[in-house]
Amino acid sequence: MQWFPLGKVNEVPPGGGRYVETPAGQIAVLCNEEGTLFAVHNRCPHRGGPLSEGFVSGTTVFCPLHNWQIDLCSGEALPPDQGCVRTFPVRTEGEEIWLGLPGEQP
Amino acid sequence: MGNRARKARLVVVGNGMAGIRTVEELLRMAPDLYEITVFGDEPHPNYNRILLTPVLAGEMRMEETILNDYDWYAGHGITLCTGSPVVQIDRVHRRVITASGETAPYDRLLLATGAAAAMAPIPGNDLPGVYSYRDMRDVEALTQVSTGGGGAVIIGAGLLGLEVAHGLNARGMQVTVVHRRAWPLDRQLDGRGGAMLQEAMEARGIRFLMERESAAVLGEGRVEGLRFQDGSSIPARIVVMTVGIRPRTGLAQTAGVACEQGILVNDTLQTYDPRIYAVGECVQHRGMTYGLVAPLFEQAKVAANHLAEYGRMRYEGSVTSTKLKVTGIELFSAGDFRGGDNTEELTLLDAHQGIYKKVVLQEHRIKGILLYGDTSIGPWLFEHLREETDISALRDHLLFGETHLGDAGHAGANQVARLPDTAEICGCNGISKGQIISAIRDGLFTLEEVRKCTKASASCGSCTGLVEQLLASTLGGVYGSSARKKALCGCTDYSHQEVRDAIQQERLLSVREVFRFLDWRNPGGCAGCRPAVNYYVRTAWPAEGYDDASARFINERAHANIQKDGTYSVIPRIYGGVTTPAELKRIAEVAERHAVPMVKFTGGQRLDLLGVPKEKLPAIWAELGMPSGHAYGKALRTVKSCVGQEFCRFGVQDSTRLAIDLEKNLERMWAPHKVKLAASGCPRNCAESTVKDFGVIGVDSGWEIYIGGNGGMKVRAADLLTRVKSEAEVILVAKAFLQMYREEAQYLERTAPWVERVGMARIRERVVEDPVQREELAARLDFAILQERDPWAEAVAGRLDIHAAPLRRVSA
Ligand code: SRM
Ligand SMILES: Cc1cc2nc3c(=O)[nH]c(=O)nc-3n(C[C@H](O)[C@H](O)[C@H](O)COP(=O)(O)OP(=O)(O)OC[C@H]3O[C@@H](n4cnc5c(N)ncnc54)[C@H](O)[C@@H]3O)c2cc1C
Ligand code: SF4
Ligand code: FES
Repeated sequence: MQWFPLGKVNEVPPGGGRYVETPAGQIAVLCNEEGTLFAVHNRCPHRGGPLSEGFVSGTTVFCPLHNWQIDLCSGEALPPDQGCVRTFPVRTEGEEIWLGLPGEQP
Repeated sequence: MGNRARKARLVVVGNGMAGIRTVEELLRMAPDLYEITVFGDEPHPNYNRILLTPVLAGEMRMEETILNDYDWYAGHGITLCTGSPVVQIDRVHRRVITASGETAPYDRLLLATGAAAAMAPIPGNDLPGVYSYRDMRDVEALTQVSTGGGGAVIIGAGLLGLEVAHGLNARGMQVTVVHRRAWPLDRQLDGRGGAMLQEAMEARGIRFLMERESAAVLGEGRVEGLRFQDGSSIPARIVVMTVGIRPRTGLAQTAGVACEQGILVNDTLQTYDPRIYAVGECVQHRGMTYGLVAPLFEQAKVAANHLAEYGRMRYEGSVTSTKLKVTGIELFSAGDFRGGDNTEELTLLDAHQGIYKKVVLQEHRIKGILLYGDTSIGPWLFEHLREETDISALRDHLLFGETHLGDAGHAGANQVARLPDTAEICGCNGISKGQIISAIRDGLFTLEEVRKCTKASASCGSCTGLVEQLLASTLGGVYGSSARKKALCGCTDYSHQEVRDAIQQERLLSVREVFRFLDWRNPGGCAGCRPAVNYYVRTAWPAEGYDDASARFINERAHANIQKDGTYSVIPRIYGGVTTPAELKRIAEVAERHAVPMVKFTGGQRLDLLGVPKEKLPAIWAELGMPSGHAYGKALRTVKSCVGQEFCRFGVQDSTRLAIDLEKNLERMWAPHKVKLAASGCPRNCAESTVKDFGVIGVDSGWEIYIGGNGGMKVRAADLLTRVKSEAEVILVAKAFLQMYREEAQYLERTAPWVERVGMARIRERVVEDPVQREELAARLDFAILQERDPWAEAVAGRLDIHAAPLRRVSA
């Protein structure tokens, strides 16, 4: 696991998200109304919608294209939909956001 | 505060549909408030009583009707005592006492004892072989006795009587239905419909004896027959009595809780004793008792709201509809279809196809509905009945339904009953009829629940009517489709209007304040309520209200339309569709410089640059130097125009100039949904003004103004609002009309359905006939638009951040 600084907490709008380009692909960094951060691949399991542009509420993101709901802890789509998106660890140190990427992955 | 340590105790008497629904609603609102104990007379967990007939007919198994299994109670920490009737309420010590002498103390008590089958008061009504039809025990007994075959006589041809007749017929018994009136379902049908129904059931082998008053059940030691008052009699092996239901009020009555027909409750479902609430068939509210699930579930919601100590909702009574759930017989009725003074009837009879439709009107509103043979338009008509829609404009096709005017892509699919189980109902999500029915039978009752569970009707919504028909035919009525009573979304029980009222009265200035003040179940809301509430805040408080970007759909946050691959499209404003060579050149150069993958003329008379990555948006906007066309927003879109007087040989008015003026006056206007305008220079109407939200047509003497047109999923021709002389008047009326729409329509409701809902008369009254209101409405719109800036210019100037670029690029 390798950790990368992404920027300041206030650069991710609460209730929404931003994306980052990484060697592991485009990753959505999402923030709920309480300020909790999540990171998942920025591709909806339905038809690849950018999750960074969706609504975030609690631990759910609503995909902006067709409104699939995805649990940000597990990456699983909520029923009745089925599908999964990969999750990544994020943490904050002071105001800085850090994203954890698997070490050896290209 | 000492005793706050222990939870309050809620005791529920009656483990049936209304009682447990209330508990479910309560748990959603306040999961930890109470320690809950439920007493039930029957030996089962809560099951779906509506499905007793499919069980009797052998189409379903008993276990499949369970709505809440034992694990559900345990999982929510609810103590369930089945087979344990409560026999006394000790109001002084606040406890209930069961038949076996157990006691349970309460802080709040909920009575949901339902109703009991009434027995005909005739000699022999207690002989072995006489049955009632109310609960699982009855179904078990009837199932067993039916294996011996023979003759079954049903007394009473109401809904239950016909259902049990169908069930026993399916079990191979010879069924005769006896009724004191001249036709079956006399409370749901008129004579003609009744005759058609009787014929259809006779064709299945069920006999009817009408206008017979039962006198005595015959038999020595067990049923042998039934004698009538005229002295005649028929033999019978069993007799089933379905002559009505009686609210079970005995328990409340002995405890001194006021009762008449049912237990008396106020609009909060509270009884005469403030600690005791009551819901369901046992209740009498504003003089009415109800025997269908839909109103009971509305009661459950309100009772739960008060038990949860929110205290904001009121139950104001329900309008119900009924649907016979006998496979192959299509029948729907609601309201007062008998008519009378000051009413008119619209009828349609096709005896050959077995179709009969009747709608009773009073002062342009629907009062009663009776449909036989083809009930596809039932839910649609019922909605107009409940909404008290002014149907003047729909009158010509009322009996054919909304699909009549052309429901794009769905022609012919309105006969849901005749479709096979594999037929696709929801075209967006590929959900079949069979999938929806089996989901409903698993315990869904409302459109919202079906949407959530199956996705059917959850996308473009054009199959909503079909899904409602499936709900009606599976559950025997129309559930929760009324816009007026409907909760804004799953995060709250408050309706759109209740939320708007709170924003206005309590001066709530942001989405977050609204969520907090109204105790949203989900502090972050969802994709349904966030944009809606943000819109309501902004319309109520255009200057002070906070426009929350995180509550805007992505398109309105990015100020561009997101595409399937995550890129965006850019459509600048081209006022009235009129451009210049210089402007065209600039657009062409920008497209070329940024290698825009496609440039397209839109259906709205302007140019679209498609496939632009988000990162490039601000640069493209800067280089275009044109304002946003809002092609992405619930906002003013285009004002289409035709050539008009200036060049066209037929033109009698300057439609291009008016279109440009309208667009300049209204641009940046947000609305409940998108708003499209058009101006045509003569009645040839080349700008298609009659399928626009607001359209004008030039005539020699001035302008004709049309409203409520739509050309999208459901074509609707606009209605003539008024005629005016000058362009200034057109602009004033446009502003007044659109502001009224902004203030009154529900979020995501376009003008077409809204105009149908409120009726032309009310709109005309406010925006045409009353000059004061018209000016005030227009002034409020001007003020609201004044608060808005062009978003593209704002972004270019660095005052608006659309987060175009990624947060960071991480390299390995
Ligand atoms: C660009 C355009 C098609 C074109 O290339 O011509 C278009 C494109 C879209 N339309 Fe449209 N509509 C376009 C003119 C129309 C018209 C014709 C018109 O405006 O004269 C109609 C029928 C008229 C009407 O609205 O009554 C139309 C009826 C719809 C509907 C159905 C609306 C309804 O109430 O029935 C939708 C769905 C919706 O809004 O919910 C829709 C939705 C859409 C969306 C925004 C779908 C979406 O949410 O992403 C499409 C974006 C495609 C994309 O990838 O960018 N579009 N759309 C047209 C833009 C006109 C403009 O200059 O602004
Ligand atoms: C065969 C049949 C078909 C129906 N079809 C439809 C339909 O298609 N559509 C529709 O909308 N409605 C239908 N109904 C009506 C619907 O089932 C009722 O309106 C609904 O069940 C009433 O709910 P409730 O909670 O008030 O009463 P119930 O569901 O009857 O629940 C009351 C419960 O309280 C128990 N109870 C009573 N007194 C006590 C006591 N003192 N102590 C403990 N427990 C007690 C009862 O045993 C019962 O279990 C049908 C009813 C029947 C019988
Ligand atoms: S009709 Fe409209 S929404 Fe459908 S594909 Fe075409 S542009 Fe998109
Ligand atoms: S791509 Fe996400 S819901 Fe369709």
